[in-house]
Amino acid sequence: MRQSELKTLSLLAIAFATTVFSCKPKNVSTTTSGDAAEKVYVAPGKYDEFYNFVSGGFSGQMTVYGIPSGRLFKVIPVFSVDPEKGYGYSEETKPMLNTSHGFVPWDDLHHIALSETDGIHDGRWAFANGNNTPRLARVDMKTFRTAEILEIPNSAGNHSSPFITENSEYVIAGTRFAVPMPDTDTDVPINTYKDNFKATISLISVDKESGKMNIAFQILLPGVDFDLARAGKGKSHGWFFVSCYNTERANTLLEVNSAKNDKDFIMAVNWKKAEEYVKAGKGIKKSVNYAHNTYDEHTHSATSVMEKEVIMLDPKDCPDMIYFMPCPKNPHGCDTDPTGEYIVGSGKLAAVIPVFSFTKMLDAIDKKTFEGNYAGIPVLKYDAVLHGEVKKPGLGPLHTEFDANGNAYTSMFVSSEVVKWRVSDLQVLDRVPTYYSVGHLSVPGGPTKKPWGKYLIAYNKITKDRYLPTGPELCQSAQLYDISGDKMKMILDFPTIGEPHYAEAIPADMVSKNSVKFFKIEESKHPYVTMGEKEAKVERKGNEVHVYMTAIRSHLTPDNIEGVKLGDIVYFHVTNLEQDWDVPHGFAIKGANNAELLVMPGETQTLAWKPEKVGVYPIYCTDFCSALHQEMQGYIRISAPNKNVPLQFSTGTNQPKFEEDKF
Amino acid sequence: MQKLSGLSRVIIALCSLAIIASYFVPIWRIDLFAPQYPEGLMMNIWFHKLTGDVDIINGLNHYIGMKKISADMFPEFTYLIYVVAAFIIYGLLIAITGSRKLLFSYLVVSALGGVLAIYDFYQWTYDYGHHLSPDAPIQVPGMSYQPPIIGHKQLLNFDAFSMPDVGGYIVAGSVVIVGIVWFIEWRKHKKA
Repeated sequence: MRQSELKTLSLLAIAFATTVFSCKPKNVSTTTSGDAAEKVYVAPGKYDEFYNFVSGGFSGQMTVYGIPSGRLFKVIPVFSVDPEKGYGYSEETKPMLNTSHGFVPWDDLHHIALSETDGIHDGRWAFANGNNTPRLARVDMKTFRTAEILEIPNSAGNHSSPFITENSEYVIAGTRFAVPMPDTDTDVPINTYKDNFKATISLISVDKESGKMNIAFQILLPGVDFDLARAGKGKSHGWFFVSCYNTERANTLLEVNSAKNDKDFIMAVNWKKAEEYVKAGKGIKKSVNYAHNTYDEHTHSATSVMEKEVIMLDPKDCPDMIYFMPCPKNPHGCDTDPTGEYIVGSGKLAAVIPVFSFTKMLDAIDKKTFEGNYAGIPVLKYDAVLHGEVKKPGLGPLHTEFDANGNAYTSMFVSSEVVKWRVSDLQVLDRVPTYYSVGHLSVPGGPTKKPWGKYLIAYNKITKDRYLPTGPELCQSAQLYDISGDKMKMILDFPTIGEPHYAEAIPADMVSKNSVKFFKIEESKHPYVTMGEKEAKVERKGNEVHVYMTAIRSHLTPDNIEGVKLGDIVYFHVTNLEQDWDVPHGFAIKGANNAELLVMPGETQTLAWKPEKVGVYPIYCTDFCSALHQEMQGYIRISAPNKNVPLQFSTGTNQPKFEEDKF
Repeated sequence: MQKLSGLSRVIIALCSLAIIASYFVPIWRIDLFAPQYPEGLMMNIWFHKLTGDVDIINGLNHYIGMKKISADMFPEFTYLIYVVAAFIIYGLLIAITGSRKLLFSYLVVSALGGVLAIYDFYQWTYDYGHHLSPDAPIQVPGMSYQPPIIGHKQLLNFDAFSMPDVGGYIVAGSVVIVGIVWFIEWRKHKKA
């Protein structure tokens, strides 16, 4: 090769390389607006505008962030144990995770529903679903703690949950997995799915005062996979809309076999009609077994009760209760707009977003404009119920939220973007990228009749190169957009705990004003409460040793305990005597096969400990409570069973007996 | 000797009756602020009781070995209500009799009572601030914790403020008005 040729070749190579590199997408920094920092900056000591209650996905917990700062305030343990808070480890909280399968210390928390009155947030409770072992949880927004967990019988994969009606009359639970019902033969070949597998939805009533949940009734349905749901509101109040896929009823390789039908369904459930049927005695009582766990803020303890019965409605016996609306293709999100007129179905694999009209649906039902039936349930004609389709919205539409100005925002999983469109004429107005693979969206008040608007938060499944790498497992993330103008503007991006699915945001003052500061000790009904240091004691009951212990800055009473024998089980009932805000005490003991206790002021929590070896074990306060926190410690002595050590306990008096003996 | 004018007697009667209101509100307050107590801790002193964050203040005071503050420590709380009642009756008697002498003695007694009350408050705060347990976890050489009689004082990490509460203002205001009445009457009498 001649030198001139070589020169030409290398020039060409440089030119090619330059072209290739300039083809790379623009840097991300160009996609945020110039005043982004100002919009999300919440100065130290200042409060955020919204609370964001975010599902923790496979962490099993619920997280609470501030918007617009993206600061994490709290991880609320719901379905998973949390050693940090002693949740699922203390004797008081263990019953919260009881199920018909025994103690289940983990779940997959997918969606949040905040309680509503007249279709508007009321700031009382946050509901969440457990997807794996079907459960529904209620978090009290006064204490930011899980108040109740209800297991759902006749169910598997409680995904289509916990969407709520406009006066919190009902929370829904729908099966993602059809299974053989427990009152039939359940030991059947899997490939008899079409004959033997059934799906259900459950409507769980919520007591107006206490919030207590109760399975009002269930509806037995053909074995499709229910995915997501929304209650109607305003004019459509009284209905639930539930998306479903796998109308093919495949039991294997669903990614192919459930994608065969051109259309699946949005199921419309007339729950007011269902109520009438239940009242008329059309329901059949089914024998079941499910756990109902409640946490009482007066006894500071959870109890788990096994419930034995549910009422099941069969659409066969209940005409005009359920209709299917055809929806292209494998629909995921199913969202009703603030007026309650429009129902947006998001066919993951569809090229359009169909928007259904409630008025047209009622009309079609009235005129019996059916195209047939599916397992005996009428299927309405697609064209008869359709308001219209959003054309070319993007790829992989999943979920839709709304603002107060008639706009909808749909997440596009495959094309990693959020698309803004107008509900009335279905015109696409704007689109912004997400980083990457967006799942759910949240507009403050987005699912209610009164969206608070202003922000949109996108919850992403993949973060790749967005943050400093942390090995093979990377965080998921949330991205905040300013939607106050015509164009959406990305203003913040922050990592989340677990994988965030659905989330709701609520104006801060609706919640903050009710926040509990501490529990009044004189109101404690805990059976092992110690109402003051003078009451502190150690009692033996056979091989159980009950330590009635108090914690106050900066000592434990008693802090010297002797006379406990190997083979005993020691129950430390620790009462935090403080009556002031933000003074929890922790409690831990060396070698315990358990976690710590974290005891709020005025509360009593119990750690059970079975010592395995003779010796002296230190105990201490784990939460830096005061200037003398490090001194807040003591000892418990474990003696051999044959050694006659009397049971004794004290604080401050167990001094060396004869000082002069030392000399 | 000339009696007080009708208007003066009405004003004195009203002032005396106004003091009744001070039974239903605190007389004095001590406010404490620290970095970790931005919202402040407050102790309110009434004629017959203490209210506010007394338990929390006691919890903090144990670090420096201060005695526990509780209402039953102070005999004043058992008799102050009667002293004040007598004082109200005293004022009403002036209004009824219209006696100038009685009015003058009332002001003298008020002044003495005020001085006595301040002295009493001083000696209690001195006692609490200085007589500290030798076993106190925190002992700062030369440091005492007597709150100010009135005004501000820095006590370790706390800013302590001592000042009258609503009831205190009512009592002081009433006495001042009665004093003004006496002064006007005195000048009128001198001219006459």
